[in-house]
Amino acid sequence: MRSFTCALGLSAVAILGASWAIAETPVLTVLTYDSFASEWGPGPAVEKAFEQTCGCDLKFVVAGDGAALLARVQLEGAKSDASVVLGLDTNLTAAAAATGLFAPHGQTRANDLPVAFADPLFLPFDWGWFAFVYDNGKLVNPPTSFEELAASDLKIVIEDPRSSTPGLGLLMWVKAAYGDRAPEIWAALADNIVTVTPGWSEAYGLFLNGEADMVLSYTTSPAYHLIAENDASKSAAAFTEGNYMQVEVAGKLAAAPQPELADQFLAFMATDAFQSIIPTTNWMYPAYTPEAGLPDGFKAMISPEKSLLLSAPDALTARKPALDEWLTALSR
Amino acid sequence: MADRAVTLGAGVLAAALLALLLGPLAALGLSLEDLALTGPELSALRFTVWQAFLSALISVALAVPVARALARRQFVGRGALISLLGAPFILPVIVAVLGLLAVFGRVGWLNTGLGALGLPTMSVYGLQGVVLAHVFFNMPLAVRMILLGWQAIPAERFRLAASLGFHPADIARHIERPMLREVLPGVALVIFVISLTSFAVALTLGGGPRATTLELAIYQALRFEFDLPTAARLALLQFALCALAYAASARINLPSGFGAGVDRAGGPPAPGGWRKGADFCAIILATTFLLLPLLAVALAGLPGMSTLPETIWAAALRSLSVALGSTLLAMAAALLLALAAARSSARRRTAPRGTGWPALAATLPLAASSLVLGTGLFILVQPFFRPSSLALPITLAVNATLALPFAFRILAPEARRLHQDYSRLSASLGMTAGARLRWVILPRLARPLGFAAGLVAALSMGDLGVIALFAGAEQATLPLLVQRLMGAYRMQTAASAALLLVGLSFALFWIFDTLGKRHAAS
Repeated sequence: MRSFTCALGLSAVAILGASWAIAETPVLTVLTYDSFASEWGPGPAVEKAFEQTCGCDLKFVVAGDGAALLARVQLEGAKSDASVVLGLDTNLTAAAAATGLFAPHGQTRANDLPVAFADPLFLPFDWGWFAFVYDNGKLVNPPTSFEELAASDLKIVIEDPRSSTPGLGLLMWVKAAYGDRAPEIWAALADNIVTVTPGWSEAYGLFLNGEADMVLSYTTSPAYHLIAENDASKSAAAFTEGNYMQVEVAGKLAAAPQPELADQFLAFMATDAFQSIIPTTNWMYPAYTPEAGLPDGFKAMISPEKSLLLSAPDALTARKPALDEWLTALSR
Repeated sequence: MADRAVTLGAGVLAAALLALLLGPLAALGLSLEDLALTGPELSALRFTVWQAFLSALISVALAVPVARALARRQFVGRGALISLLGAPFILPVIVAVLGLLAVFGRVGWLNTGLGALGLPTMSVYGLQGVVLAHVFFNMPLAVRMILLGWQAIPAERFRLAASLGFHPADIARHIERPMLREVLPGVALVIFVISLTSFAVALTLGGGPRATTLELAIYQALRFEFDLPTAARLALLQFALCALAYAASARINLPSGFGAGVDRAGGPPAPGGWRKGADFCAIILATTFLLLPLLAVALAGLPGMSTLPETIWAAALRSLSVALGSTLLAMAAALLLALAAARSSARRRTAPRGTGWPALAATLPLAASSLVLGTGLFILVQPFFRPSSLALPITLAVNATLALPFAFRILAPEARRLHQDYSRLSASLGMTAGARLRWVILPRLARPLGFAAGLVAALSMGDLGVIALFAGAEQATLPLLVQRLMGAYRMQTAASAALLLVGLSFALFWIFDTLGKRHAAS
């Protein structure tokens, strides 16, 4: 009995001690998409690096993808535990800004994006070009434009713009490149499309299994195969009308429980410590090129001559009509 | 007295189920004022209903000859084959799709073979692909449920038929058709409603936006448009379709009215001649159709088994505990509802049997959109709790709810027969509720209980509709981990993790199913 009481006392002290230690360490919650925080994404390394300097505990809370992230921000509203939202793209930021839930980030360091990009609410952390990826052993002369692709009998697999951010990116790409001619391009592409998948993983999986000659992905996708698998058989096609960009951004919530830590995190995001993690975990280009440059595999990647990107408000206005055009063209 | 407690308990349970299913709709701001459908929604509705109808019809039509063949033929490996029939149903969707495509895809085994023979190739993408996948998933389930019906025909009926000199055709007319009339509507209903909420299968194999289902429209409304009331309205439409299908199946459903036997099961007689050849043909064709994609899944997963990350074991353990917890919950609930449904159908002899509120309450979860359910629950709990702290309990409860209909459908026909055959005897013996459960109900329901528990456990291993909304970064279950691996380009490791998931699910299924068979009163 006595030893029991003693043990009880000790454990009470231990619990008190533990909670005291927790109370001393502030927690910064970052809401992000699933693959950023997963053990194969940048999350674990970013957490370690930031915790070394911030004297805080960095916690990731995850939602499926960029679109799920925005829905989550709206669901949680001002009651969110999160101070930072990381992983929206520019096709979603206008809607995100309209929620009024975000505060200016206040960061001033100039980024290294191939197009001018500045937004008072959203700070870029990485970017990539959308591109059709193919197996260079099987496809020797890849198409160099949407028109060439549509005229070929190549089979492609794409993602649905109603359920996936790359799918939405493709919609914007065709719109940005062709404007009013977009329905015509989609109608011409219809017989090349093997199928439309709910998300990127399914499409990429189908492509790797040989179901299609090309898949909508990123110019940097071949870098994964090159660096992680030592496999140089994948390439991405540059299109003469330009390749559309995906710019991934982070923002600070206006009702952030930890506003100072949030500022500190956003500043950290622009440093080499964060940016050098990005290429080989998120397989995208860092928004601020690290001093040491890019990993070797990235130097072998193509750089399209022209970069397309609709501004956030334009992307928001274009979405609905572009989606209707897409549905009409492919439902025939 | 005990009977009244069963009805009361089932009533409370049914109310709780309704609250769990409809509460989230209210939380999303469902308004009954503007229920009109837009043009795209209407065409999504048409496609959804049509593919679900075809899927149910074809699954059931193909399942009947296979189930009959399995019921009346004995051969080496029959038991193993029947167990293996559970496997397609419990495959995670994306894994099954990739397995199917390895066989039926553009460069799949079928088309490679056709091409080698100089024959034209076939495209799987389109309505045919959607139905093919749904038949692949659900036909085995139908076979198992119909097989249970065959096994439940009292052996005396077949002996009587033999002594009356019945031909196989007479047996079919007088014994087998009435049984099918009782079992098939329920089976078709289940498959129809599962196929209603199809999303990833329909989209991936449907070939494009022509194959848009209501579930995709829900996804779009929730994810991209943040239009919660529209999502709620479409989810309500899915429930309404389910209720309609339920009413239709209840109208077709007729009790077989065999009366009590001496509680000895025995398969139907095994006629020779061409029927023997036809039976084995059915078994071989069905086995080939079902096993080839499973083989493809295994072949895809095996090479990477050694590269599985360490975190996979913690995720596997988490999935197993969720599955076992859900199974316990779902089985208790299904048994209670099945017993109550048996009582309610016995009291209303004029009404078609198998109807009534317990059966409806146990069918509606099939039509639930897990994304709507998850989002609604998220809104409901978020003011009080941190969502990630409730990830596992909520996943457990939701998985139990979503799996309940299968357990109920499997238990209900047997429970009804049990009630008809034994309730008077038990009452006249003055058995207490506990004694009745111990000596009458559990031994006689052991076989369907085992099968149902196996199915529920395996289904709960695979589902990720809700956990994805609640889980923190560190709380991954096995299906979520598979998804994360795919999202990180690691398709090979993902295939291996998926194989592990399938293996574990199937092991759970097999253990429960075998336990049930072993304890079945014979």
